[in-house]
Amino acid sequence: MSTLAKRNVLPGFGLTLGLTLTWLSILILIPLAGLFLKTTELSIGEFIETVTSRRTLHALSISFGIALAAAVVNLIAGVIVVWALVRYRFPGQRLFDAIVDIPFALPTAVAGVALSALFSERGWLGAPLAWLGIKVSFTPLGIFVAMIFIGIPFVVRTVQPVLADLEPELEEAAASLGARRWQIVTKVIVPSLTPAILTGFALAFARAVGEYGSVIFIAGNLPNVSEIAPLLIVIRLSEFRYADATAIAVVMLVVAFVIIFLINRIQRWAETRGAQNH
Amino acid sequence: MSILSFAPHRIPPLARHEARSEPRALRIAIIAFAITFLSIFVVLPLVLVFTTAFSKGVLAYFDVLSNSETLAAIRLTLITALISVSANLLFGLVAAWAIAKFEFRGKTLLITLIDLPFSVSPVISGLVFILLFGTQGLFGVWLQQHGIQILFATPAIVLATTFVTFPFVARELIPLMQQQGTQEEEAAISLGASGLATFFRVTLPNIKWGILYGVLLCNARAMGEFGAVSVVSGHIRGETNTMPLLVEILYNEYQLMAAFAVASLLALLALVTLVAKTVLEGRLVEGPARDD
Repeated sequence: MSTLAKRNVLPGFGLTLGLTLTWLSILILIPLAGLFLKTTELSIGEFIETVTSRRTLHALSISFGIALAAAVVNLIAGVIVVWALVRYRFPGQRLFDAIVDIPFALPTAVAGVALSALFSERGWLGAPLAWLGIKVSFTPLGIFVAMIFIGIPFVVRTVQPVLADLEPELEEAAASLGARRWQIVTKVIVPSLTPAILTGFALAFARAVGEYGSVIFIAGNLPNVSEIAPLLIVIRLSEFRYADATAIAVVMLVVAFVIIFLINRIQRWAETRGAQNH
Repeated sequence: MSILSFAPHRIPPLARHEARSEPRALRIAIIAFAITFLSIFVVLPLVLVFTTAFSKGVLAYFDVLSNSETLAAIRLTLITALISVSANLLFGLVAAWAIAKFEFRGKTLLITLIDLPFSVSPVISGLVFILLFGTQGLFGVWLQQHGIQILFATPAIVLATTFVTFPFVARELIPLMQQQGTQEEEAAISLGASGLATFFRVTLPNIKWGILYGVLLCNARAMGEFGAVSVVSGHIRGETNTMPLLVEILYNEYQLMAAFAVASLLALLALVTLVAKTVLEGRLVEGPARDD
């Protein structure tokens, strides 16, 4: 072990790295590996049959499709919120800045029951919407609302520091060279923010895909209508169809890993691009 | 860059202002959108929790909070959080020492693996323990023969919570300790201090706010975890119900006011966590700058 750590007089490398790897393996890696092992109980045909059954496909498409739509809303709304928080001054600004983190901090079950009651047909927002003929709670639209809620902090908190650190000289130089304001925004500012925006978007999407607590109360959970993939896993578990539950979980995990990989690539791309600019 | 930095001196004040701002109408529209969006999606749900919780008066509120079912849920939530946060704090310190103070191959991979639970759906985090300890699971038969109850009992709830909150302390401490470098520790060691003395006297005082920050976020998530715990708990009333699970049960039984009363405690925890976090961020900025 000590040969790995070169030129370092500090003690404890072997011990701490050993403990880290052991604890990581026992608590995280072995249980996750067990998940993949479990799917080997199914033949490839059975696996494909499980994953492509009508109900599973629908649940997966609900989770991925609505998560994608919610992440797009979070991307647009998030950038506007960041713009207001960083560039302007308005009453209550610090308070609004602080509450952006609430979807992170509020337990998902609390968010779930609150959103469900808020958007139910007799709720504060649900009643006026029902009058307009829009039903939110217990429909796919409710899933959309919950996924927007859960994704709010991701885009805001990844883009905010980048916009705050953007050098004013860049915009001033562009203006002095005759660029119009909308040209400065689209050709100078947005490109600088793109890596942060994409990272926030991917994080919000990944979170929404796997989200359970804040969604199930407002979703209605009708099979083939408003049933999300994590809920279908829970249902299969309660029916003791462990292999089926695991197959759905594996599909979701693989997609989650692909998203992590993409985020890492975006960040590496941003770093090399940043290095070229300086 | 050096050419651009001359620019401010050559731009008249008006042009400079125009370059950095939008027309008044657009400015107002952007602020109005931000306020409306955050109010609808964040402020209103939060206000609704507290108004519903107190909708039948203060007495009814405290009646709900003091009944035995609620107290059992609070107790289980506290025990679970205490064990998982302590475990993750120890792990975070150990992992951050190895990762931040030494150079070795595969470090990036190791950090990615530590962050893994963030990307796993809470339901899957519970599922993995069912696959290990359930009757059809890897250790299920052995556990049954020896009369050891893990699933649908406190051990599984603690395990699932620890899994979900695994990265919180480590991911706060690793960048903080990386920035602080190793010079102070090296000086202490070369002056003859033991490894443990160096850690407790030199490293620990430098990272105390970072530790508190990580513990705070870890605790908030541990007390509020729903999906993973829901899968492994078995929902045995008065025994394996944490506070979030009790909120679910009460809500599904249409005991709205009671559900929101318990939920209000969790919402209060979230608010206190946010305030403490804001205060701590001030402390962390005063100290060594963080790039988080």
